[in-house]
Amino acid sequence: MKLTLKIWRQKNANTKGELKTYPIDGIEGDMSFLEMLDVLNEGLINKGEEPVVFDHDCREGICGSCSLQINGEPHGPDRLITTCQLHMRMFKDGDTIVIEPFRATAFPVIKDLVVDRSSFDRIQQAGGFISVNTSGNTIDANAIPVNKHDADESFNAATCIGCGACVAACKNASAMLFTSAKVSQFALLPQGKTEATERVLNMVAQMDKEGFGNCSNTGACEIECPKGISLENIARMNREYLGASIKG
Amino acid sequence: MSILDSKIPKGPLADKWTKHKNDINLVNPANKRNIDVIMVGTGLAGGSAAATLAELGYNVKTFCYQDSPRRAHSIAAQGGINAAKNYQGDGDSTYRLFYDTIKGGDYRSREANVYRLAEVSANIIDQCVAQGVPFAREYGGMLDNRSFGGVLVSRTFYAKGQTGQQLLLGAYAAMNRQINRGKITPYNRHEMLDLVIVDGKARGIIARDLVTGKIERHSAHAVVIASGGYGNVFFLSTNAMGSNVTASWKIHKRGAYFANPCYTQIHPTCIPVSGDHQSKLTLMSESLRNDGRIWVPKKKEDAEAIRNGKKKPTDLSAEERDYYLERRYPSFGNLVPRDVASRAAKERCDAGYGVNKTGEAVYLDFASAIERYGKEQAAIHGNHNPSDAEIKKLGTQVIESKYGNLFQMYEKIVDENPYETPMMIYPAVHYTMGGVWVDYNLQSTIPGCYVTGEANFSDHGANRLGASALMQGLADGYFVLPYTIGDYLSKDIKTGKISTETKEFDEAESRVRELLNKLVNNNGTHSVDYFHKKLGKIMWDKCGMARNAEDLKSAMSEIRALREEFWKDVKVPGGMDEMNSELEKATRVADFLELGELFAKDALHRNESCGGHFREEYQTEEGEALRDDENFMYVAAWEYTGDPGNEVLHKEELDYENIEVKSRSYK
Repeated sequence: MKLTLKIWRQKNANTKGELKTYPIDGIEGDMSFLEMLDVLNEGLINKGEEPVVFDHDCREGICGSCSLQINGEPHGPDRLITTCQLHMRMFKDGDTIVIEPFRATAFPVIKDLVVDRSSFDRIQQAGGFISVNTSGNTIDANAIPVNKHDADESFNAATCIGCGACVAACKNASAMLFTSAKVSQFALLPQGKTEATERVLNMVAQMDKEGFGNCSNTGACEIECPKGISLENIARMNREYLGASIKG
Repeated sequence: MSILDSKIPKGPLADKWTKHKNDINLVNPANKRNIDVIMVGTGLAGGSAAATLAELGYNVKTFCYQDSPRRAHSIAAQGGINAAKNYQGDGDSTYRLFYDTIKGGDYRSREANVYRLAEVSANIIDQCVAQGVPFAREYGGMLDNRSFGGVLVSRTFYAKGQTGQQLLLGAYAAMNRQINRGKITPYNRHEMLDLVIVDGKARGIIARDLVTGKIERHSAHAVVIASGGYGNVFFLSTNAMGSNVTASWKIHKRGAYFANPCYTQIHPTCIPVSGDHQSKLTLMSESLRNDGRIWVPKKKEDAEAIRNGKKKPTDLSAEERDYYLERRYPSFGNLVPRDVASRAAKERCDAGYGVNKTGEAVYLDFASAIERYGKEQAAIHGNHNPSDAEIKKLGTQVIESKYGNLFQMYEKIVDENPYETPMMIYPAVHYTMGGVWVDYNLQSTIPGCYVTGEANFSDHGANRLGASALMQGLADGYFVLPYTIGDYLSKDIKTGKISTETKEFDEAESRVRELLNKLVNNNGTHSVDYFHKKLGKIMWDKCGMARNAEDLKSAMSEIRALREEFWKDVKVPGGMDEMNSELEKATRVADFLELGELFAKDALHRNESCGGHFREEYQTEEGEALRDDENFMYVAAWEYTGDPGNEVLHKEELDYENIEVKSRSYK
């Protein structure tokens, strides 16, 4: 396959970036999208140019490192996958592919396609935990039965990989899907109920402080989420938040 | 050569850990506030230890190369975590988990460590549930279990195919609680590039900020390395792209012995290599062997027809298939340990029965499981005369609920639907049992430098059983290190802050600067990946699933030559004062090029086959691994002397007082 890549190049956070065009040849359908970029980079290095920098690590769709806005969509045209799981068979010979970083005020660009997502960490630090000591002096794991449906729903929310596609997909750059997934995971479990009030208030406050936008219920986040995190989580967080606000 | 002291406490096996905890020194809470600990790596072992140490009151600094602690490669562990809870009432116990682990490791691990691991395992599950880890549950609300290779009980707790993710997010949440309290300072996108030793003790590290390129000095009263395994020395492995040996190798070069580097786990069920562009291999969890049956065609003609696309696997009847694991190992069947399953797959493929284009793949087939579950579900729903289509639909739903994400991953990579046609799988490098030598307290041969999780060599012997890595990482981090490190730190309560303005820090920093300068100014002709791929090929061809003396000798000289070529001819674009992903890779590959040679040397010196280390010269008539207990029942711990090909061997003899050493059989 022969392709034309238009890639965002930006030296660092303080300089302006621009789209640069790179023709590429010899791409096979069995390559992953990132392996295609590896081929590009190998060529650039051999020509004495600086390779394109992008975040990636596990390359199996679970670490949440890889990002990339591909032809305007976070993680590209396929569904329920991350960029590292996107395969070139989704494209055809002669295609032009535009590759940009995730765009959001709360995700500033560090270099080329790499963005700073530490705002997500700070939202979690504000309350995304259960305050139990890790000494092992807890009750037996089976002492509190957990309804299977709740446990499964909690798990589904907890499968969020924190990649930021929800923010990149949202016209308001809102982090509601991400934050609500964590709030939901704990809200659905008996162990998480004790701190539920403070948790939702603190996490939402931090989310606002980081500069994420508001939610206007367009649902783009759910469609682009590589893990299929459901909008129901946002509804649940709104209920939790309302309840917590009334309680004060 | 010296004999290493593993500091195993005296007394009966079952009492050792309790007694040791009672005997060691404690640090009072007020003094803990004056003590700093550095944690390199934030996976299960590092994240859990960081959280627990901070909770106890120490000041903890964590370092990870990823942009968030949550992305450490523990996140990718799929199948589950073992614990001797005996919730299924199937005869499990601490002793049985201990026994299975020692036997699974082919009698090459330390009894006292393994017993402690089994002893604390049950508590890990309690802890994680309290932290809100959403494990799979049964309809009655109780925790569910499944079975893994090499055992005859169901003791594996799981969260679909994402158990590692859920456990890591639990440890990360515990870290976040301490970051919020100001007790942990996280240094993300940082890489440790050297250890600083002051008066013989580990007192700090030199790290590079991967965003700005700034070289930083960090001091502490103790340094913990929890940076994972070195499987990427093979270039292609199931590890993350950034997984590396650098932290372990740097401390090795500063005096920590490196143990059993040749013990590598080749995992039997990974997606086969598809071409030269391949950058990594993807694991399909061992849990799939609960329900999947492994086979190749019985006749070579059929295998050939499948390779040529003239036949499909579903065209072959049950009689035309060779379920070789069930045939060779009737009592464990498809659930033999990983080393055994991998070698059996290689044996069939080498004999010409492989089923993909390259001839290096076998089938993992779920058709029988779908039928079995389908019939069961139909009966539960009151349908006692279900049609084939109904059975298939119901059975598929069960498989989907158990392994859905793995099937989806497979389909995206291979472009085939594994519900309809069997998966193709082949062994791939997955985990390294070898690592930095540590004593019972998890301390390396450098005082004050501790090593936990996959980075140390300790608990799995020559082969790790499935679902035991998560168990060990969390056991080390939550329940072992927080006690043992206190004993060491109790002598540091009057030391005060460690200064970074000393000649030891100056020297370490200039060593790092020199290394980086050399790399960015080398102006060679080949990229880092060029060398890494070459190294990987030597490792896979000559130090892989089957090894022999001749190949290992040539591997040593080839790696040495490649290392020399690397330093002459590597090209690293960009500078050191900026984000530079090629420079990061270069520092890691430079260390792999040294480790690789020691790896081959270790494999060459071990004239026996055990667990993941299979020497062709030492096998039984049936092709099983043949140990030599008389001469090799020891841990090989290597001391760096300036040249990886000439390291000095130290031995830790292994004594089995509680288990009878037998030849390992899963037949």
